[in-house]
Amino acid sequence: MADLTTNFAGGIRCPNPFWLASAPPTNCGEQIMRAFDAGWGGAVWKTIGEPITNVSSRYSSIDWAGQRMMGLNNIELISDRPIEVNLREITEVKKRYPKHAVVASLMVETKREAWHDIVARTEDAGADGLELNFGCPHGMSERGMGSAVGQDPVYAQMITEWVKERARTPVLVKLTPNITDIRVAARAAKRAGADGLSAINTINSITGIDLDTFEPRPMVDGKSSHGGYCGPAVKPIALNMVQQVMADEMSALPMSGIGGIGNWRDAAEFFLLGAGTVQVCTAAMHYGYRIVEDMIDGLSNWMDEKGFATIEDFRGLSLSKVTDWKHLNLNYKIVAHINESLCIGCDLCHIACWDGAHQCIHLDRVDGVRDGHVEVHDPPSVFEARSRARIAVTPIPKLDPPTNGHGPFTAPLERIPRVDETECVGCNLCSLVCPVEGCITMEERPTGLAPQSWDERVKTGLVASGAVEESI
Amino acid sequence: MALPDRFEENADIARRFPDLHPALGPQQAVVESNRCLNCFDAPCTAACPTHIDVPGFIKKIASGNLRGSATRILEANVLAASCSRVCPVEVLCEGACVMHHYNRKPIEIGRLQRFAMESFYASGAAIPKRNVPERSEKIACIGAGPASLACAAELKQQGFQVTVFERRALPGGLNTYGVAEYKLRTADSLREIEMIRELGVEFRAAEVADEAALVKLEREFDLIFLGVGLGAMHKLDLPGGDHAGVVDALEFIASYKLGEPLPGVNSVVVIGAGNTAIDAAVAAKRLGAEEVKILYRRDARNISAFGFEFEHAKQEGVEFIWRTQPKAVSIGPDGKLHSLLCVHTELNEVGELMGTEDAEFTVRCDMVIPAIGQSPLIEFLAKLRGLAVERGRIVIERATGATSNARYFAGGDCVNGGREVVDAVADGKRAALGIVTSLASRTAVLRG
Repeated sequence: MADLTTNFAGGIRCPNPFWLASAPPTNCGEQIMRAFDAGWGGAVWKTIGEPITNVSSRYSSIDWAGQRMMGLNNIELISDRPIEVNLREITEVKKRYPKHAVVASLMVETKREAWHDIVARTEDAGADGLELNFGCPHGMSERGMGSAVGQDPVYAQMITEWVKERARTPVLVKLTPNITDIRVAARAAKRAGADGLSAINTINSITGIDLDTFEPRPMVDGKSSHGGYCGPAVKPIALNMVQQVMADEMSALPMSGIGGIGNWRDAAEFFLLGAGTVQVCTAAMHYGYRIVEDMIDGLSNWMDEKGFATIEDFRGLSLSKVTDWKHLNLNYKIVAHINESLCIGCDLCHIACWDGAHQCIHLDRVDGVRDGHVEVHDPPSVFEARSRARIAVTPIPKLDPPTNGHGPFTAPLERIPRVDETECVGCNLCSLVCPVEGCITMEERPTGLAPQSWDERVKTGLVASGAVEESI
Repeated sequence: MALPDRFEENADIARRFPDLHPALGPQQAVVESNRCLNCFDAPCTAACPTHIDVPGFIKKIASGNLRGSATRILEANVLAASCSRVCPVEVLCEGACVMHHYNRKPIEIGRLQRFAMESFYASGAAIPKRNVPERSEKIACIGAGPASLACAAELKQQGFQVTVFERRALPGGLNTYGVAEYKLRTADSLREIEMIRELGVEFRAAEVADEAALVKLEREFDLIFLGVGLGAMHKLDLPGGDHAGVVDALEFIASYKLGEPLPGVNSVVVIGAGNTAIDAAVAAKRLGAEEVKILYRRDARNISAFGFEFEHAKQEGVEFIWRTQPKAVSIGPDGKLHSLLCVHTELNEVGELMGTEDAEFTVRCDMVIPAIGQSPLIEFLAKLRGLAVERGRIVIERATGATSNARYFAGGDCVNGGREVVDAVADGKRAALGIVTSLASRTAVLRG
């Protein structure tokens, strides 16, 4: 059984690396204690600061293909509860759950005394660590806090330094993705002596517009405001930003990964890119605290299977596998292969290849195989026209003798597409649109050429350098 | 003929014949439409005799474009609402769904189509008229069943002057008189035809039954489409077969659909095991008969009813008596139908079905419903000069509906021997396009 206990950012200990992010699921002590009972290893308290007034409504979401909440957007601000109530409850939770991590998210105005004061009071209350909210993209940023601070490296560094002057517990800086290069803010935090980072906060968004009222969602008395986007839709953006930070020496610090994590697989991906803990919000808001049970169970089983005893055994393992495009091997070739016995004959690969890729998947198994460029084939419209010109009738047992099977495979042979390997560029699109797992596989075709990257080609003078190297 | 302003639905019939399949709700429809893979050159579209763009209309439901969904369907099939209810989708679109190869339930295409069409009706929209110039050529469609309706609607959409002739009180043919009420209500069939009338198709109540009538039509109209369907059901040619308690299945179905009760009938025997037999048997059950038996001379694997219809009959409590044939209808001393005298059947050495010589037995019943097929309209067709007929069916060119007489086109049951509504619609539409081509070439000759 894998050991999931974690010691994060030099001293935040917890039974597992699954934390609830600073958000509605961590609004009060009662909630957090129920979350710990459900199995969460830690919780980042809903951001504490001078109490605000919220609006109603506050959330909106993007549904996709019948699935609810692919992406969630909110315009809720930080805690609307008095600071002393939050602090009193922190003390209570820590007393009852001494082994779980309680991290206090903080946001106050940009004054040294204000930050010194809140840090001291929070640590006195018993918090195991502090998370500086430099990421909230709505409302608070209009008041010079949240992402307004996170977007300015000078302020980010200055406030982090003020906090580090007082803090006795680890200090995490939560980064905003609403910035051209997230490393600018990460480097500022590192220069100021932060112990760790959390990334990413929510992304500026307008989730949609009501086509009857013309009002964007979420609607507040006929108007809306841009909010913070999160949920499954943002995971790829979050993974990229975590990788950028963790691969940059001047930025890298213990990382608490955030963004679209809903199950153990998502979490494992963040760990593989260097995160030491992960934070979850949307999935818990959607299904409740109970989802952590499978996060723990699934990750443990996967680790046992792979032979990893602790998270440290695989943390960051994929970082070396992310590189710049210019270092990719240009002499590596794969082609699509269709497994005829799995094909169901939907022909989505055919139309995707013709309209969206390189016109090399054809419906010519019956009429006769033809390899070559687009001109030698009938285009998709010809196939559609042919089917619609055919006379079809309802088969009536009495009038129509049953037909024999249509070939060796489940789908009729004329509907099983064929890949012209001489034209296939190995783009993956067909395998991505295929609804059947394992039906289209990408197979290597040795080119007989030694690996060579664009960078190497430029260096050997084979091509003129077309791009100017950028650095920050 | 004027369509009735309002068809009075019989409340008792409505209560006894609720929808066999419940309608999809809006959210169910979206979830189901999202399940559709949106296949390229989709097998469901190819399998549909009218080639409805199935993934096209389904994805319009998913996107919330319900009006576009219905009009996409109507472009291919003007009787889409009734087809969505009566089509044997199991052997058509849903039978062709690739989900079958995937160990998954096929997409519920029939129910989705019904959802799109019912939303269309609920919105009060009319079939969009195509923007084409009016044409002076006149076409007569004989019979107001699905084939003629589809032919008439397509011709009207292309600008021609179309008149539909019907001998019965209501238009719609089997859609109005012959489909089990829990699949398609008479009122729904009439509502659908009203949309075709609104396109500008004229309906006339008249029986075209003799040569004089045809000659008159030929004088008034440029071309004539025959969508006359099949003739009356085969009679039960047995002693006592002409008793009032012997009612053929189509007559029985038509009378209950128009609100006729079933007084004092407790046990019913239906003879034959086709889809119409099952419709009649299930109806008898729902109308209050305690015992309903289907009598068939072969066994279960030989029946011509679709498998799902057979299952449905069993669920409704219909019993089956296999390998049995009737010999006579027995009338009691009170003059009432009393029972059916039967013998078992067996196959002889050359595979022919024979009545056995062993003991006769009786099956008690108050009513006998023969459902042993419709006869072709030979008498009527014989009157049509120069029209090739084969095995009681009008011979046509499949792609155009053209008959051997250049003035006549034909489609539906009278050419295909009796298939589904959707086949009649496809025939009617192909014939309309054939008529358009024929008129165009004639005009070209005149101008040339």
